[in-house]
Amino acid sequence: MSLLKVEDVHKRYGKEEVLKGVSFELERGETKVIIGPSGTGKSTLLRCINQLSPPEKGRVWLDGVEITHAHAKINDLRAQIGFVFQSFNLFSHLTALRNVRIGPIKVKGMSKEEATKLAMEELARVGLEDKADAYPAQLSGGQQQRVSIARAYAMRPKLILFDEPTSALDPELIGEVLEAMINLAKGGMTMLVVTHEMGFARAVADEIIFMEHGVIAEQGNPQQMFSAPKHKRTGEFLNKITELYGETD
Amino acid sequence: MVFDLAWLSPLAHGLILTLEITLTCIAIGIVFGILLALGRVYGGRLISIPCSIYIQVFRGTPLLVQLLMIYYGLPSWGISLSAFTSGILALGLNTAAYQAEYLRGAIQAVKGGQMMAARSLGMTLPQAIRYVILPQAFRIVIPSWSNELILMFKYSSIVFSVTLLDLMGVGKRIAARNFRYFEVFIVVALFYLALVFIITQLLRLLEKQVRIPGLGEHAEHR
Amino acid sequence: MLLRGTLINIELLLALLIVGLLVGTVIALLQVYGGRFFGTLASGYAWIFRSIPALVLLFLFYFGPSQFGVNVAPFLAATIALGLRSSAYQSQIFRGALQAIPNGQMMAARSLGMSRLQAIVSIIIPQAFRLSIAGWSNEYSSVVKDTTLAYVVGLNEVLRHARIIIDRHYDLAMLAYLAVALIFLVLTYAGNWSLGRLEARIRIPGLQIGGEL
Repeated sequence: MSLLKVEDVHKRYGKEEVLKGVSFELERGETKVIIGPSGTGKSTLLRCINQLSPPEKGRVWLDGVEITHAHAKINDLRAQIGFVFQSFNLFSHLTALRNVRIGPIKVKGMSKEEATKLAMEELARVGLEDKADAYPAQLSGGQQQRVSIARAYAMRPKLILFDEPTSALDPELIGEVLEAMINLAKGGMTMLVVTHEMGFARAVADEIIFMEHGVIAEQGNPQQMFSAPKHKRTGEFLNKITELYGETD
Repeated sequence: MVFDLAWLSPLAHGLILTLEITLTCIAIGIVFGILLALGRVYGGRLISIPCSIYIQVFRGTPLLVQLLMIYYGLPSWGISLSAFTSGILALGLNTAAYQAEYLRGAIQAVKGGQMMAARSLGMTLPQAIRYVILPQAFRIVIPSWSNELILMFKYSSIVFSVTLLDLMGVGKRIAARNFRYFEVFIVVALFYLALVFIITQLLRLLEKQVRIPGLGEHAEHR
Repeated sequence: MLLRGTLINIELLLALLIVGLLVGTVIALLQVYGGRFFGTLASGYAWIFRSIPALVLLFLFYFGPSQFGVNVAPFLAATIALGLRSSAYQSQIFRGALQAIPNGQMMAARSLGMSRLQAIVSIIIPQAFRLSIAGWSNEYSSVVKDTTLAYVVGLNEVLRHARIIIDRHYDLAMLAYLAVALIFLVLTYAGNWSLGRLEARIRIPGLQIGGEL
């Protein structure tokens, strides 16, 4: 049984249908990268998965449990899915440490001591244990995003969704975030990442999904996608972003 | 121009009553205001519409009318309240409406991403409101609520019209008896000025204590 | 009959708003352009008249002069007391607007060769007026309700009329007050609606302060 199954998801904003029937699966431990032109609904797809923006049509299963079901325990399910936002969305009134531990305490019922210990471990994992008492406004973009990753991972989710995690960052700060993400992938976390960072995709993606006009145009493993894409459009797009975003490792 | 220093003592007593009334009505206003604001923002139509109507009515009608309505009007419907109760009720219900509006603005000023992040962690809506939204909203609303506190302190003077002996009431009584309106009310004015100054400084200190770097008036997202 | 009283409230409202506007504008200009001495005086004036309760001001201006043999009519006393108070609030609104105008406006005006005075009159003040409208809406809402305070100095306004009705028909007390409340709801909304229309008509695209001042 796959960890995540997305079946025929449709989403409409106002008059426009942004997702026109998207289906795919994700196995445990896999990392898949979604790419495509802006506005093709990539971010929307992620929000449909954790129900921040429920789809009009289509179904999603997490480990066999249907998320889109009317009686689904959505908060429990969300606690099992991590989400990293493009704009970080750290809680502005909490220090880095408190940001990371509030989920385990309030949602999973952990004791404060246990949660603090866990949070410090996670902050150390992303290299920010010395910033534990800093407020988000005192951290750089790259640091905020790393705290955000720590916050998601501290919940020990089954899968983490990344919505263009480096798009809002200055170029010099992108590397540190990608490094944190690569470590997660190598550690066996199941990840679904919307990004333009092709270096990352080549390093850890098990599959690249190319979306255009609200549907999946093509999907395949990185070697195949880069060297011999089935559709011309896929090749064009990949070339363009490799030009722009280069090869990071 | 003559001012008998013996008058200072009763005036001070009046001031104490004024402060009592102000603090009580603000307390009512805060509690009730929070409920109204939450109802407005997070309640479904069934709750938010009555809250909205309440707020608009109490902000759209004069405070003096509200007070007289409670003290002189309710008896004609069979409900008789003491002057003190009428006073704090009128002031409290009135300030609750204003405080609710300010808090509502503050809640809506908290960026949408905060709620999304909270829900993504698996928090329920009440948890998200309590641990993420309100702590930030309270800090944002402090300037407005400080303002409201000072405003209520000044408006508490209307309770003299229902026979309460607050600073205003005492002042009027002394002035009338001795026909020294000018002197007495200059002193009353000085009392109010001094208290407004002190309260303002205290509130500023409070604001500094609870400030979070990057949150509130000094945030860059403005 | 209540409506006759309401007319007095409206007259008082207009009178005091005009006083407030004229004095308030002067105070604001002094605060921003008056140099240290006049600026501080102006700020002091504004603080004093904002910090003293309206009722105290009413008593001072109505009963005070009578002590020295001068009898002031309730309407005049109320106009001056509430007008000066409003001027203090309006000065803050106008001052905020003056300070919100980007520096570049003054620089451009001076670069053209305008004197400081010309720049202020032709460039700064017109923009400041437009920016102030939102704040004035708030001031209007406050002040329209404050006119009822003149009741305590004997002005023959709507609350006094209500009182007369109540003295004759005791059991109508609540209804009388409800009627007064309703009148003010209408006045408040009518006024705000008109100001909103005014703002829309003279709005210039791109010239706005985000939200309220």
